[in-house]
Amino acid sequence: MTLPSTLDTVDRVEQEAERFASHAGFSEDDVSNIAMAVREATVNAVIHGNNYSRDKDVTAAFETNDNDLVIRIADQGQGFNEQNIPDPLSPENILRGSGRGVFLMRAFMDEVHFRNLSPGTELTLVKHRIPAQNAA
Amino acid sequence: MSIKVSTRQVDGVTILDLSGRITLGEGAVTLRDTIRDLVAKGDKNILLNLGDVSYIDSSGIGELVSAYTSVKNAGGELKLLNLTKKVKDLLQITKLYTVFDVRDDETHAVGSFTR
Repeated sequence: MTLPSTLDTVDRVEQEAERFASHAGFSEDDVSNIAMAVREATVNAVIHGNNYSRDKDVTAAFETNDNDLVIRIADQGQGFNEQNIPDPLSPENILRGSGRGVFLMRAFMDEVHFRNLSPGTELTLVKHRIPAQNAA
Repeated sequence: MSIKVSTRQVDGVTILDLSGRITLGEGAVTLRDTIRDLVAKGDKNILLNLGDVSYIDSSGIGELVSAYTSVKNAGGELKLLNLTKKVKDLLQITKLYTVFDVRDDETHAVGSFTR
C-alpha cells in the first residue's frame, strides 16, 4: 500500500493490519495489539517522518511466512536515531504528553527493527506465529 | 468512531462520560479542549468515566497525562473511573496506573475528592 501522509492513512493501515492479523489466525488480543503497534508506526511515519507532507508517501507491506507475521511501514522523511528515543518509563519522562509510540510497538510485537532508507525510515514489526496458526 | 463527551455535576465533581476512541486527531483534541475549558472556568475536581472508551492509542494516553497535569497544576484533582481491561492494561504497561487515581465505583470516586 502506498498512501498519502494523512491521518486517514493511519486509520486505513491500522484497519488493514487488523484484518491481516485476524486472517493469519492470531487471537483477538494479539490482533488488537498488532493493530495498535502498526497504528503507532504509521503515526510516526505520517507525523515524525513525513511531517504531513503532500510530497511524501507512506508505504505499508504485509506478509506472513511459516514463522512470522511481518509488517513494514516506511516514510520518506529525514530519518532518526532510535538511540535518541527517551525512555517513557523513567521518572523524568513519565508525565510527558508524548513519546510512548515506539515503546508500545516494542511491548506488543516480538521484534521491532529500524532501517535508514536515506531518505526515510522503515520500521519492521514482527509477531511470531504459533504452530497452530501455521496450520491455519 | 471518535470520542463523545457528556458532562454532569455530582456533589461538586465534574464527571465526563467519555465514549468511543481517544486517538490522535479529533478524539485527543476533543478531550484536550474539554479539559482546558473546565479548568478555565474553575472546575477543579474532574472524574473521567472511561467505561465506554473502547480504544486509546499513545496520543490518547498522552492526552490523559496532559489532562492530569493541567488539572493538578490548577490546584485540582483528575481521577479515572471504570477502565476497560484494554485501557487498564495500557496504563499498567506504561506505568501510569499508579500515577492516576483509578476508581471503579462512581459514588466512592466522587466522595474521594478533596473539597
